[in-house]
Amino acid sequence: MFAYAVRRLLSAIPTLLVIITIAFFMMRLAPGGPFDREKQLPPEIEANILRAYNLDKPIHEQYLDYLKNIVRGDFGPSYKYLDFTVTDLIMTGFPVSLRLGLYAILIAVVFGVTAGTIAALKQNSTFDYMVMTFAMTGIVIPNFVMAPLLALVFGVYLSLLPVAGWGDGAFKYQILPVITLALPQIAYISRLTRGSMVEVMNSNFIRTARAKGLAEKIVVVRHALRGGLLPVVSYLGPATAAVITGSVVIESIFDVPGIGRYFVNGALNRDYPVVMGVVIFYAVLIIMLNLVVDLIYGFLDPRVKVE
Amino acid sequence: MKNLLRCVGKRWGTAAVFAVLMTVVATAAYAGGTLRVATMGEPASLDPHKVSGTWENAIVGDMYIGLTTENPKAEPVPGVAESWTISEDGKTYTFKLRECVWSDGTPMTAHDFVYSMQRILLPETAAEYASLLYIIQGAEALNSGKAEADTLAVKAIDDRTLEIKLTGPAPYFLALLTHYTAYPVPKHVIDKVGKEWTKPENMVVNGPYKLVEWIPNTHVKLTKNDKYWDAGSVALDNLTFYTQEDRAAVQKRFRAGEIDVATDFASDQIDWLRKNMPEETRIAPYMGVYYYPINSSVEPFTDARVRNALSMAVNREAIVDKVLKTGELAAYSFVPPGVAFYENPAEVEWKDVPFADRQKKAKELLAEAGFGPDNPLSFTLRYNTSENHKRVAVAVVSMWKAIGVKAELFNSEVKVHYADLKQGDFQVARAGWIADYNDAQNFLYLLESRTGANNYGRYANPEFDQLMLDAEVTSDLAKRSEMMRKAESLAMADQPVIPIYHYVSKNLVAKNVVGFEDNPQDIHRWRYVSLK
Amino acid sequence: MATAKPFKSDGLAPLHGAEPVKGRSLWQDARRRLFRNKAAVGSMILLAIIVIMAILAPLLSPWAFDDPDWGYDFPGPPNIETKHWFGTDGNGRDLFVRTLYGARISLLVGVIATSVSLLIGVTYGATAGFIGGRTDNIMMRIVDILYSLPFMFFVILLMVIFGRNIFLIFVALGAVEWLTMARIVRGQALSVKKKEFIEAAQAVGVSNAKIITRHIIPNVLGPVIVYMTLTIPQVILTESFLSFLGLGVQEPLTSWGVLISEGAKQMESSPWMLIFPAAFLAVTLFCFNFIGDGLRDALDPKDR
Repeated sequence: MFAYAVRRLLSAIPTLLVIITIAFFMMRLAPGGPFDREKQLPPEIEANILRAYNLDKPIHEQYLDYLKNIVRGDFGPSYKYLDFTVTDLIMTGFPVSLRLGLYAILIAVVFGVTAGTIAALKQNSTFDYMVMTFAMTGIVIPNFVMAPLLALVFGVYLSLLPVAGWGDGAFKYQILPVITLALPQIAYISRLTRGSMVEVMNSNFIRTARAKGLAEKIVVVRHALRGGLLPVVSYLGPATAAVITGSVVIESIFDVPGIGRYFVNGALNRDYPVVMGVVIFYAVLIIMLNLVVDLIYGFLDPRVKVE
Repeated sequence: MKNLLRCVGKRWGTAAVFAVLMTVVATAAYAGGTLRVATMGEPASLDPHKVSGTWENAIVGDMYIGLTTENPKAEPVPGVAESWTISEDGKTYTFKLRECVWSDGTPMTAHDFVYSMQRILLPETAAEYASLLYIIQGAEALNSGKAEADTLAVKAIDDRTLEIKLTGPAPYFLALLTHYTAYPVPKHVIDKVGKEWTKPENMVVNGPYKLVEWIPNTHVKLTKNDKYWDAGSVALDNLTFYTQEDRAAVQKRFRAGEIDVATDFASDQIDWLRKNMPEETRIAPYMGVYYYPINSSVEPFTDARVRNALSMAVNREAIVDKVLKTGELAAYSFVPPGVAFYENPAEVEWKDVPFADRQKKAKELLAEAGFGPDNPLSFTLRYNTSENHKRVAVAVVSMWKAIGVKAELFNSEVKVHYADLKQGDFQVARAGWIADYNDAQNFLYLLESRTGANNYGRYANPEFDQLMLDAEVTSDLAKRSEMMRKAESLAMADQPVIPIYHYVSKNLVAKNVVGFEDNPQDIHRWRYVSLK
Repeated sequence: MATAKPFKSDGLAPLHGAEPVKGRSLWQDARRRLFRNKAAVGSMILLAIIVIMAILAPLLSPWAFDDPDWGYDFPGPPNIETKHWFGTDGNGRDLFVRTLYGARISLLVGVIATSVSLLIGVTYGATAGFIGGRTDNIMMRIVDILYSLPFMFFVILLMVIFGRNIFLIFVALGAVEWLTMARIVRGQALSVKKKEFIEAAQAVGVSNAKIITRHIIPNVLGPVIVYMTLTIPQVILTESFLSFLGLGVQEPLTSWGVLISEGAKQMESSPWMLIFPAAFLAVTLFCFNFIGDGLRDALDPKDR
């Protein structure tokens, strides 16, 4: 397994290079530059600025300089947050996004699997329909509607939770963002679990287990879940991608200092180094995640051998 | 063993009690409180030479004080400079500086100002707003790299005396010095730590507040600077700035009591705010103009009749009353009312013509220019992404439809919008201008042909240019004002831009905040504010 | 069920040139199961109503979708007398008409983007599955990696670079959703490839192209249709996310995403601006999901 992991990581390097190159040139293709603004800069000042940021060099030189720098760990300065480097921003933003994302996925998996399993066991009962309708609602209401709604109800009307902000990272600031991030995923996961559990519960080996006289709970937890969870595990990859995407909305509505906003604002502000930094960061993260998911998959399903 | 524990326990207990007592005493001493402000934008930097927006001004403006500073009404009053003399021709200013120190105890001298003004103009600093100081002799040359720093006409006669020579008599110069481009920065710190000087552990200020913490996208925290020469009159102990840009969310935070001052709110909320939070909603005239520059260098906009027709057909009252509703002023002149030394801005001559008649006249003008139902005028109206810009644009397009003009809407993000405007890649576009300093010249120079990129429509009227040039070297305020008014009336007859409305400032101020005075520049220094 | 017909050579005539019988009755079976699913049928009817309303939009209201009503509030609550059944938006434009025009765009984006993803996915998956071997491995590995990339970021970059063109939105969103399609098609292609009748057809000398169109595609069609029906709501939601970021369709066009983004900002002061478009969006998404589930159950019944 170790050799497999190492091999996977090594093969990730060319992928990374491709992603970096694509993102680099795509950003430069975008019309408008980082220093275009309402009060136009006089040409001397613009020249000064471009020179200070090496933006006056030909683009292939900029590209090579960039590659040289990131190998040394220097991801460059931000063009918008002038007092910070990209590394500063990612290092302060990532732990926040990580916390929220992890909690969201955890909650989504726990609630989603539980709801979906019970719904599958009580197929076509009221509970089943309730769970499925709730699941649909979670999918059908966009998060940029859910977020202000929750902020309004819990923050303003009921004054139970802060409307927005991060403060010192205290727990109360995390509740609404995490819930809003988790809701659509709870919905998807419960639907997924229900579907796959229904299939598993009707399969032969479960019938065998029951025929053996095992208690229902053991049948479900020990035998059915293992196979029934496979689609959920496969979904974890796209689920993380969805949470990362969703974080963009959550972060701007709840004023949370995470990384998601850096990408969108960076793209809109033509803050090239920040955009590149976030892209690289996510790419590495996802490659790692894929590896972990594959290993878990191999662990759960003995039919799949990780070689 | 037990005895040891008891002994330690007693010690710890006493220490704890002592600590609690000290905290109580300490908090009692700092009774000024913390003000929480939403500035609606993340600062690009806290280095006064690197900032360029109103949201940064709200933070940096209480950390540094320039030669002059603002009073609660945003009028220029003595800052570091106690007094000054101005030469006959209005071009030489001599400042006498007061005795004061930086927040680390180092004494401030005139040399600090020489250093700072040189620094912001040095090309390496890449300061975006350096052009504001071009009125100083030698500034433009230095900034373009064509001259050395010592050619700048800012000289320290001695430690307490500073002399500045200008290129022309600028009556607005004292007001200009309140702007952050003219703030002093600590040479002794920058020389030591370079770029890191804005980090809280290094940063040194000369104003009422100093930096405690800046976590990007979370908050900026300032605390009182005891070494400020007027620290006794500063009430608030701490300032916390939140930088969230989502105005709906900021408004909710304000309602929930998480924020004391919000420096903007969404116009579409005005009805709700007037009904539910009338005292907290503060609206006041704001020195800025919202306008549509027309690209005068492309057909058919080279024809003044077309431009005038388009301008006449806009029902400005409908826009400010129905679409915006926040009390903006319909603009029939370019310069807003209330600008210093400039009464009665020049307005278009058809201002009082009833709207229906204006529409008719507009159609006639278009017909004269060759447009009509079988040859409708069609073009693209560009605006940058924002709820308000969209609503105004949609309304204006429907007004133009009423006179048979087909205007298509095109919305792009800020960077693209202004990049294209800079290249002249537009027909009619949306733009806005907030005054940098309280003088009509700051508005009218946008229509001078030598201005470059900020004259988006590339309006080039030699008569206008000459009048502005003459005004620049006239020290007689009345004559100067007259010349600029004449220039403005020329522009209003030509309509190279369509003025739509003059801005209002929109703030939400909690009821227990005292000392926040509405003023046309919407500058509110927190040193004058206290909590009830 | 004995068909005790004596063997006659003429009796075989009708069988010449006919498709494999198995295929046809599968579709009939599926159709019967689908129509027995009440949720799916109800959804199809509801969806049809929404589509018809969207098409007939200009006839259903006296207001044009881009003309402000200067005589009424900006925005104004629903009002029967002024025929603003859903109220007006911040520019005084009738919300009922705009919701229906928004339906046009949202549904169009959904269908066309899904079709784009179909095109890309089917081509990719069929090729991978059919060629098999190492090429297949590499192609699927690429899909695996792409699966977990937050594609949104590239869509955002595309919108930023090329501006907000509705055709670009179709293509960009379609390019985001093709992965699962490719996987499904490739799986089907693999399993069908192994079936004997394919070997037989190849032995007889039928060209690969004909094999793909005549045999593989009809078998693949089932899961593909199901997936398409379930992708359309995804795409519509993604488009609304882009609108929230300010990267959606240009004025004066509108979509549910645009309407809902605006409405969400004023949900307290002008709730009608949010409620009506959101309701339409929710109902449409529900419908597509129920239909998709129904199709899936009809074509591949699992619960007994």
